[in-house]
Amino acid sequence: MTALLEVSDLIKTYGTGEAATRVLRGLSLRLEAGEMAALLGPSGSGKSTLLTILGTLMKPTSGSYVMLGQDMIAADDRALTGFRNAHIGFVFQFHNLLPDFTALENVVFPTAVRDGRETPAARARGRDLLTRMGLAERIDFPTANLSGGQKQRVAVARALMNSPELVLADEPTGNLDRASAMQVMDLIGQINREEGTTFMISTHDEKIAAVCRRQIVVGDGVVTG
Amino acid sequence: MLYALKIATRYLTANKAQTALLVTGVAVGVFIFIFMSALIGGLAEFILSRTVGDLSHITIEAETDDPSLLISPEGHVLVVAERGRMRTATLSEAATWLPLIEAVPGVRAVSPQITGAGFLTRGAQTAQVSVTGVEPGRESAILDLAGYMVEGDVRLGSGLIVVGRDLADDLALSIGQTLRLESSDGVAAALTLGGIFKTGNGAIDGARTFVSLSTARTLFTMPQGVTRIEIKLGDLNAADATAVRIRALTGLDAVPWTDGAEQLMEALDAQAQTGYFLKTFALITIVIGVASALLLSTYRRRPEIGIMRAMGAGRGFVVFVFVTQGALIGLLGGIMGAVLGYLALLPFPSRDAFEAGTLPMDITQGSYGLAITLTVIGAILASILPARAAARVDPVTAIGQ
Ligand SMILES: Nc1ncnc2c1ncn2[C@@H]1O[C@H](COP(=O)(O)OP(=O)(O)OP(=O)(O)O)[C@@H](O)[C@H]1O
Ligand SMILES: [Mg+2]
Repeated sequence: MTALLEVSDLIKTYGTGEAATRVLRGLSLRLEAGEMAALLGPSGSGKSTLLTILGTLMKPTSGSYVMLGQDMIAADDRALTGFRNAHIGFVFQFHNLLPDFTALENVVFPTAVRDGRETPAARARGRDLLTRMGLAERIDFPTANLSGGQKQRVAVARALMNSPELVLADEPTGNLDRASAMQVMDLIGQINREEGTTFMISTHDEKIAAVCRRQIVVGDGVVTG
Repeated sequence: MLYALKIATRYLTANKAQTALLVTGVAVGVFIFIFMSALIGGLAEFILSRTVGDLSHITIEAETDDPSLLISPEGHVLVVAERGRMRTATLSEAATWLPLIEAVPGVRAVSPQITGAGFLTRGAQTAQVSVTGVEPGRESAILDLAGYMVEGDVRLGSGLIVVGRDLADDLALSIGQTLRLESSDGVAAALTLGGIFKTGNGAIDGARTFVSLSTARTLFTMPQGVTRIEIKLGDLNAADATAVRIRALTGLDAVPWTDGAEQLMEALDAQAQTGYFLKTFALITIVIGVASALLLSTYRRRPEIGIMRAMGAGRGFVVFVFVTQGALIGLLGGIMGAVLGYLALLPFPSRDAFEAGTLPMDITQGSYGLAITLTVIGAILASILPARAAARVDPVTAIGQ
């Protein structure tokens, strides 16, 4: 397998002076293409911080980050915006979907914002993805009317819209019941197997983590296992 | 950016009540803008038509050819030359100038006149009058004499005279009577009273008389030429420029009505300034309203903006979404305000039928296009601050909250 991304000696300090908290303390990590990894660790250990840095939404205080052969530290906001759009998908725990838009409109967003309009091709792919997520009946539903589990499946479909190499999910099943959580994880596992998309999923749930082939444990600001 | 437009439209339609309120607020500002434009414009029109409407817009008067005073270099008056009876200044070439002046763009009517003073006598009663000799057929060229007739006919055939209501009452005149008019040059004529007019202006109704140009020639012993050429324009605001043209064209001393009307112009100017002031305030209100509403919306939608940024929407896209919202609000409010303004102005009498006691609103001076344009520009400017705030939203904190 080839390295999808590699970070080394990541340091992240929030705040300055007295209030400064060092969350990442020289963390290094390598993800291979096609991996399905769970990110574990106690609350406050820096899982979300790491995912945010890997998602290029935030820069580390120091350290290096290379993804797909490109230096993510040196790149400017414009370059990172384009990079995220093409290569990284996100699933968050809260505030995932645009509430005033339908399920399909949410799913096609990454393609539409790239093209400047919603193309018929993008809509067709969006419908396919939603159907795959078991949401064929909910394609034109306003997202406000969807259940929690349905919303997260729409979010997964949207994360896959531009066929990214990497999908980062921060506690995607955090506020779902076990059945819904497992359904979402099954779909993620299926995509990972069929398309080779790399997933990195932070969770507190051992059963969720067990679905993943690799477990990365963070503690004291470094990878401990 | 079709897609940004779609998002902006959705944001506006998602909160229909809030958007409707905002658009209505903008419309009220536009309404005030249009109402003020129509009122200030109509008022100016009204005042001008009342004060200048019956006047000549450009007047050419014969120049007195001799200096009345001869003044030494030290400032002492050496000679005072009294104007002789036969030295009345004339525009002797009037006949050649008239077609030239009539061809100047913007000139609506030209009236060559012979003016002078005289005594009007009927029986034992005599009144001092001013006499204006005008060409038959051009009686109403400057003063709308035909419109002011209350008795008889305006037509000035030879041997006919038309006088004002007050003068007719003073001398107890009635149509068809024969009157004696003796000019200041001592020539007398027997004239038949053809008509009586009433302008509402005491100075005119009490002392002005009109005769035909040929009658005036006899009265003032002026076999050719005229003493005065009065010119009416289509647009009285063009008087200054047109006077300059006529001066250049003919070499005559064409004087626009604005000369000597400085006070009136100042008053109209002050009135226009008040209008600008109020209109500016209406626009500022619109800008503040739109800016605060959009700023609030930016704040409320922070998580969504964060998601869009994470999904690969650039800062420019976010700016565009919010500026487009501002522009749409401005456009909708502008059109709504313009339509409301127009409808509200419809019941007012038209500019030709202004009546004293009512607001002289001029529906044609509502500046509808300007109001809409300025509102859209104002709303776009108002949305720049919120849009920039939106573009600066940090996706991490926005999604994390
Ligand atoms: N913007 C911030 N400013 C200051 N401190 C922060 C900020 N974000 C996170 N932290 C702190 O950094 C530490 C790591 O936070 P992070 O959210 O990465 O942990 P986590 O492993 O995701 O925790 P959880 O499992 O509860 O989600 C915490 O102590 C947190 O309080
Ligand atoms: Mg977390």
